[in-house]
Amino acid sequence: MWAYWQSVPAHWREIPARYRLEGGECQDCGYRMIPREDICPKCGSRNVKPINLPRKGNVVNYTVIWNAPRGYEYYTPYVIAIIELEDGTRLTAQLTDVEPSDVKEGMEVEMVLRKTRVSGESGLIAYSYKFRPLIK
Amino acid sequence: MRADRKVGIVGWGVYVPQWRIRSEELARGWGRDWKRYAAGIMVEEKSVPGLDEDTFTIAYEASVNALRRARIDPSKLRAVYVGTESKPYAVKTTATMLIEALGAGGEDRLTTGADYEFACKAGTEAIQSIIGLIGSGMIDYGLAVGADTAQGAPGDALEYTASAGGAAYILGPAEESIAIIEASLSHVTDTPDFWRRQHERYPAHTRAFTGEPAYFKHIMTAAKKLMGLIGTTPDDYDYAIFHQPNGKFPLRVGTRLGFTPDKIKPGLITPYIGNTYSGSALVGLAAVLDQAKPGQKILVVSFGSGAGSDAFHIEVNDKIEEVRDLAPKVMDYVNRKRYVDYTTYARYRRMIRMLHDFSAY
Repeated sequence: MWAYWQSVPAHWREIPARYRLEGGECQDCGYRMIPREDICPKCGSRNVKPINLPRKGNVVNYTVIWNAPRGYEYYTPYVIAIIELEDGTRLTAQLTDVEPSDVKEGMEVEMVLRKTRVSGESGLIAYSYKFRPLIK
Repeated sequence: MRADRKVGIVGWGVYVPQWRIRSEELARGWGRDWKRYAAGIMVEEKSVPGLDEDTFTIAYEASVNALRRARIDPSKLRAVYVGTESKPYAVKTTATMLIEALGAGGEDRLTTGADYEFACKAGTEAIQSIIGLIGSGMIDYGLAVGADTAQGAPGDALEYTASAGGAAYILGPAEESIAIIEASLSHVTDTPDFWRRQHERYPAHTRAFTGEPAYFKHIMTAAKKLMGLIGTTPDDYDYAIFHQPNGKFPLRVGTRLGFTPDKIKPGLITPYIGNTYSGSALVGLAAVLDQAKPGQKILVVSFGSGAGSDAFHIEVNDKIEEVRDLAPKVMDYVNRKRYVDYTTYARYRRMIRMLHDFSAY
C-alpha cells in the first residue's frame, strides 16, 4: 500500500497554490503563472512575487479521464480542463459537480476546494482547487 | 449569558452538496414500505456528499460565502472553530486546513483554531465560545462553522435523515453586525440518547429515547430559561429555529413552547436536504437571515445528543439588506440538485469495500 502514498512534503509545499490559488506574478514583465516559479518563464526575470489569482474563469479545452492513474480510480469518469482565469492566467485543473457530457468550451467556472487524492485508510488526504460551473 | 461587549453576526454563509437521494429510494433499497416506514419522518429527500467532498470542503465553501457577506479581510479572523462529528481526520484539526485555505490570522496565522464535537450542537457551541472571545475584548472577529457529512448506518432509521451540509458565521463587534446576539444560554446533561464509539463507522441511538428525555427536554429547558432571563415570550419573536433531526420534531417542540408554525417553517430546511447535524439549526438560521427584515427577532435553539442545547436571542438590524445578496442563499443550494439512486449513493458514501485498498479511495 505504501507504494501508492504520495509525498507529504511535496503536497505541503504546494498548499498555498492548491488551497488559495496562489500563483506568481513577474514584477518585470507582468506574466502570471501557477504554480509559482522562481524564474519567469517568459522573460527570465528572477523577480517573481506571489499573488492570489482570480477564482473565476472559462474552460478553454478539456478531456474526460476514464483510465485514471493510481489513486484516482474511484473518481472516474472525471474531467480535466485547461482553464483561463479572468486575468488571462491559464492552468490545468479537474472539473467537479458536472457530467462530462455537459462540459462545453467557454463554460464559466469558479474555483472550489475539494479532495483530490486520499492515501488509503491511514494516509494523507490531499485537497486542491477544482473548478465547477458557476453557481452565482 | 451576556457578554460585556455586545457581539453580533457580521456575515453568514452556507453550503449544501448538489447530490440528493429521495427517501422513497432509500426505502426501496431495503425493501421497505416507504409510507409505513419513513413518510412520518417528514424528510422528502436528503443531500449526499460527492466523492470529493467532506466536512472540510463543506466548511470551506460556507466560510467563503460568510466572508463575502462580512466584507472583512480574512486575516482579521482570530478564532476559527469547526463544529462537526465527521472530521476528515480523527486526529488533525479541520480548523488548521480552514485557517490555511482562508488565510485567517494574517501571514503569521495568529489565530486560535480547534474542532468542536458535541453531536449536532458543535457549531452553536463554537458560536458560544467566540461570543466569549469577542465579548471579553480578546479578539474582534471569529469564525464558527457547523458542518457534517453525517453517517447513518445502512438500513437504519437514521439513513433517511443523515445528510451533508454546513453553515458558517463570522461574529464581530455589535456595531459592525447585521444581527446582534443579545443573549445566549447553554444547558447540558448526561443523557445517552445517541453516540458513536471510537473506530466505529456508524452511530448507535436509542430510538424513542432520543425524543422526550433528550431533544424535547433540552430544547425546552434552554428556550424557557433564555426567554425567562431576558423577559421575552414566544409572541416577541418573528422566527424560531430549532434543531432539525427530522421534519416533525421542530414543529412539535415549537408548538409546545407556544410558537405558531408560521414562525418555524421559514427556518425549517431539513425536509428538503435532511439533517446536516452540526449544520442543522445553523442552516435554518441562515435561511431566516436570507429573508429577515430589520428589527425582527429570532430565537435559535440547537440540540446535540449526549446531550445539550444552546439558545440564542438575535435581533436583526438594517445592515442586513446590504449584504444579503453578496453570496448564494440557502434556497440557491437547496434548489441546485441532482438525484442519485441507492447504488450511486452507496458508492458516494463509500459504503462499498473494494478488493484493493488503493482503489477504494
